[in-house]
Amino acid sequence: MPPITRLFIKTALACLVLALLAGVLITIRPLTTAVPYVGALAPVYFHLFMVGWVTQLIVGVAYWMFPKFSKQQPRGHDGLAWATYWLLNIGLLLRVLAEPLQAVNPQPGWGWAIVAAALLQWLGGLAFVANTWPRVKVK
Amino acid sequence: MPRLSAWFVRAALLYLALGLTLGMLLLWNKGVLISPSIWQLLPAHIEFLLLGWTVQLALGVAFWILPRWQTQRGDVRPAWVAFVLLNFGIWCVVLTPWLTLPYWVLSLGRSCEAVAAAAFALHAWPRVKPWVESN
Repeated sequence: MPPITRLFIKTALACLVLALLAGVLITIRPLTTAVPYVGALAPVYFHLFMVGWVTQLIVGVAYWMFPKFSKQQPRGHDGLAWATYWLLNIGLLLRVLAEPLQAVNPQPGWGWAIVAAALLQWLGGLAFVANTWPRVKVK
Repeated sequence: MPRLSAWFVRAALLYLALGLTLGMLLLWNKGVLISPSIWQLLPAHIEFLLLGWTVQLALGVAFWILPRWQTQRGDVRPAWVAFVLLNFGIWCVVLTPWLTLPYWVLSLGRSCEAVAAAAFALHAWPRVKPWVESN
């Protein structure tokens, strides 16, 4: 398995654990009232699961298993794959931090951090689509 | 990969791009307000990413890699029906609130998605078999 696939899958597993942990935290009533940040974790829980776990696992396995792009570049453009990894994960991490903070204590700084998180994840997704599209070939 | 898988996977990638674009606008709007009406994109964001991206990718890859009979994948017609109905259903569901279409269009869309799932199951069911079986 290529190194970046291992990184995608291990990060996806970490996100799964974190998502389910967030799922536990938001069910503990005294904690959600005492710590407002925890009470605002619902969108983080869902996106750690769907973006960090489901999508990231798909991205890692697709990079590994999809038909070869060419003999010289069997997995397409490595730069796009690395861009996907960093953009997606930095964007997701920024979201995990900023979205609940903005919900409990709105500040322009957190707001713009959320905008940056949105753009980074979006660009990461587009980099994946651009790298994967030419590998979808009919045999 | 077979032609139908390529259609499923390409469609899934397009829905991923669309769903992420809507998600980007929704999240941006949460951080710095663009317009309160952007929140109305949420159902389409969910529909594109759950049904259009993850379900469709799973169906495309399943059609490609599930066990075959020699080189044959059995009756592929229900799988093609699934592709058409799933995509028709997604757009019915997404466009109903956007274009204020009658409510029955939403029901039709959901029905098409359900029939697509059943059609794909009909195709895939006999292919879920021990790999040592050769016919």
